[in-house]
Amino acid sequence: MFKNKIAAISATVMMAFGVDAQATTLTIATVNNPDMVVMQKYSAQYEKETGVTLKWLVLDENTLRQRVTTDIATKGGQFDIITIGLYETPIWGKQGWLQPFEKFSDKYDVNDILPSVKDALSYQGKMYSVPFYAESAMTFYRKDLFEAAGLKMPENPTWTQIADFAKKLDNKQTGVHGICIRGLPGWGENMALLGLVGNVFGGTQFNMNWTSAVNSKAWNNAIDFYVNLANKYGPPGVVGNGFNENLNLMAEGKCAMWNDATVAAGLLFDPKRSKVADKLGFAQNPVETWNKGGAWLWAWSLGIPSSSKNGDEARKFIEWATSKEYINMIGEKEGWVTIPPGTRKSTYTNQKYLAAAPFAAPTLKAIESASLVDNTAVPKPYTGINFAIIPEMQAINNYLGQQIAGALTGKTTVKAALDSAARNSDKIMTKAGYIK
Amino acid sequence: MKMMNTSTIHNKSKSPRSKQKIRVWPLLLPSVSVLAIWAVVPLVLTIWYSFQNYNLQAPPAVFGGLINFEFLFTDGDLPVVVMNTLVMVFGPMLITVILGLAFATLYDGPFPGRSIARLLVITPFFVMPTVAALVWKNLFFHPVWGLLAWAEKLVGLEPIDWFSSHPMLAIIIIVSWLWTPFSTLILLTALQSLDREQIEAARMDGAKSVSRFIYVVLPHLRRPVAVLLMLETIFFLSTYAEIYVTTMGGPGAATTNIPFYIFSRALMGFDVGLASAAGIFAILIANIVAFFFVRNLSEQL
Amino acid sequence: MSRAKSEKIDLLRMILGWFVGILMAFPVFWMALAAFKTEQDAASIPPKLFFSPTLENFVAMNERVDYVRHAWNSIVVSASSTLIAIALAAPAAYVMAFYATKSTRKLMLWMLSIRFMPAVGVLIPIYLILVHFNLIDTKFALIVITCLSNLPIIVWMLYSYFKEVPVEILEAARMDGARPLRQLRYLLIPLTAPGFASTALLGVILAWNEAFWCINITATEAGTLALAIASFANSEGQFWAKLSAASLASVGPIFIFGWITQRQLVRGLTFGAVK
Repeated sequence: MFKNKIAAISATVMMAFGVDAQATTLTIATVNNPDMVVMQKYSAQYEKETGVTLKWLVLDENTLRQRVTTDIATKGGQFDIITIGLYETPIWGKQGWLQPFEKFSDKYDVNDILPSVKDALSYQGKMYSVPFYAESAMTFYRKDLFEAAGLKMPENPTWTQIADFAKKLDNKQTGVHGICIRGLPGWGENMALLGLVGNVFGGTQFNMNWTSAVNSKAWNNAIDFYVNLANKYGPPGVVGNGFNENLNLMAEGKCAMWNDATVAAGLLFDPKRSKVADKLGFAQNPVETWNKGGAWLWAWSLGIPSSSKNGDEARKFIEWATSKEYINMIGEKEGWVTIPPGTRKSTYTNQKYLAAAPFAAPTLKAIESASLVDNTAVPKPYTGINFAIIPEMQAINNYLGQQIAGALTGKTTVKAALDSAARNSDKIMTKAGYIK
Repeated sequence: MKMMNTSTIHNKSKSPRSKQKIRVWPLLLPSVSVLAIWAVVPLVLTIWYSFQNYNLQAPPAVFGGLINFEFLFTDGDLPVVVMNTLVMVFGPMLITVILGLAFATLYDGPFPGRSIARLLVITPFFVMPTVAALVWKNLFFHPVWGLLAWAEKLVGLEPIDWFSSHPMLAIIIIVSWLWTPFSTLILLTALQSLDREQIEAARMDGAKSVSRFIYVVLPHLRRPVAVLLMLETIFFLSTYAEIYVTTMGGPGAATTNIPFYIFSRALMGFDVGLASAAGIFAILIANIVAFFFVRNLSEQL
Repeated sequence: MSRAKSEKIDLLRMILGWFVGILMAFPVFWMALAAFKTEQDAASIPPKLFFSPTLENFVAMNERVDYVRHAWNSIVVSASSTLIAIALAAPAAYVMAFYATKSTRKLMLWMLSIRFMPAVGVLIPIYLILVHFNLIDTKFALIVITCLSNLPIIVWMLYSYFKEVPVEILEAARMDGARPLRQLRYLLIPLTAPGFASTALLGVILAWNEAFWCINITATEAGTLALAIASFANSEGQFWAKLSAASLASVGPIFIFGWITQRQLVRGLTFGAVK
């Protein structure tokens, strides 16, 4: 009896100090993008409701990818939930490194998820990660500058038209540049955009036998055009400008146009963070001679490594973070402009969201029309729009991005840069066994 | 009064004249054995992996023979990468040693607020290389909103786009800024152990400050400078964070050095075999550089 | 030397000394300033010198990463790895400085050459070893790796400071009958105290700023402030003010430590006093 008393007292004491011997701990690795930071903030509520403890590792996109890939490929088992994209999901799903999502709880409306996003995160019909937010690319432009110059931005511009607008609106006196465009080298940086430009100029990245196609006439045209445009009408230092720098420039009113991720809309539209919140117009990302593959599809999603022993609890958290209810909560509490976009049909029928976000309709159009399979003028052996969803892509497109940056800064010609990149790609693909 | 020749004293210390015998190995054993494990185990693994064709995302590893080395040595960029590595070692080295000497001399004598000013000079070393590079990239070098651009516009010049036109110089500036405190600290501490009587003696013999500096101070600093050069070789050979955060090795391969090459060509593609082969290559190059140093500096060490 | 000339030199020294100090520290000062700006102020073109300060970045920083845990890990890892490294290095440096032979010389150079392998090249093999022994995300692994990375540097630095000691002093003590231990205690350590101090300072700084291993082998438990800073680098959207705040919060403690140990260096000994 004495023993029981001790047990009872210690249990009470433990409860008083908040120690619950049965609680699960989930280790989550995520990207330090604003939407995820918000998720982290609100997850304190989840912890309170469910008694689960959440531990967070928050890193920038490239470092996180490196860290998570190292861990998952070496079976390190550090994480229960990882934030990955539509690049890793099919590859790792195929490897068996991720736990599939075969069954969702009844109240979780999985059919509400946009089909193109759902398919991008599946392998052989099974979902291997659940989208947290998704995006495409669009053209942002300054309505006031266009009006003043008597110009009109069409809904589906071409790059030629964009170049023309840039020429007319570039103004050294006022410090407004015709166009702000990505130049920072990297597969997720300048190549994210240039992969699209390659597509709409009629090119592809690999021929059917996996030899490189980036030194084709189409690609030479595309990159010649880009280098010309960026150097003539872009701000100085283009080669150092990625998403962030251009966002900054646009928000500070230094750009007449900017082509980039649809998520920038929320940031540009926020008067607290942007000086041009009331002067923005939106259009689709440009096409050229080919009218598909002009905008990317990207989704940040939550997955569960196969090594995780807390799969059930992880699943519950993921459902919470990607549900309609979560989106509604963020809308009510943080403002509808800042909800995680691009994942659900219901988001785009929500009147409150549509009222707060004039960019919602073009965003949805861009996401729905983005196809990972059908986007190039010539047949291609890979899935993906602006990059091939294969393990070797990162090294190949990083190199390509570097070479193009070299052409941009005049260190090499466009032709030499693309030839060098093609040779490099062939070398890597031969080593990896794609090219026999 | 005879002017003491410091080099004679040091030469004397080289000959084995210690009359006391002590057991040397028990003192050496701890650090040596620990380092041996740290050196041997990863090295053996790296050598093993360098002969495997192994992509982490497309396992398993298969024996690849010399495929990684072949890939490495047929890479047209390799000579540029090696050259960049050497430039990134000797550029900052030159700057930090000269500035370090100058600053150490400056802070060697007393003046009001010396300890605060000295701490300020050492401040760069406290900052993480990643952060330092970001600060320089955004606050100074950026041609639109950087301070240098603002200053250049004030005097009517076109702002320099550092990372496009002078990427290597920009990186060298950042690395030098980060490491000058290190050099200053080592040389300053060495200066403080300099025998003041020798300088006084020289002064009373009528030697001017410049020749005092050359004939009394510099010889005393030979060894600290030699050690400094050896250590800086190690640190600068592995410059990585500064490149990652600013130029990502570009434009083209203009600022890719060997560690960054390993990262971007191998690790980014999760090609463990290639990363290992390139690691072996890095050790080779580093040993060649070190050999060159040891040949020239061995008496000083 | 005439009085006037000596005063002029002192004045020049003071002016230059302060000018150089301020110049070198300016970027850090600018970053520290940004830590108290709002993101919009921090990103404004042209850069703002005057603004209304805010502490919101530090609050945001603590919401995302557990500052106290990371700071504690930084302190533990830096202090332990440096102390262990010095404990291992001092005897070795002693031997190589005072009982040098050809083989000890070769040993010294071999120690240095271990540092030639770039960490990026050896990341995956080391990671696999750590996974095998269940050491991922442990302070132990981080301390060991940091200690081993810095050990060659610390050996060499101590060696160089030991070599500064004029041998006559030790000879004189020896001839007076003092045994090695006495030599060590009453002569060597006082003479090389500034050397130990500056080696410890540099060792701690190198460990404190060690980012590569920290980011790659820790997750949520053993991360140091270097990892916390990585959380704020380069995200989508504006991050500059928060990154500056995180960096300031990391540089702060080490700066204070530097200030404290710096006083040791001030006490530079003159041999007149010793003799």
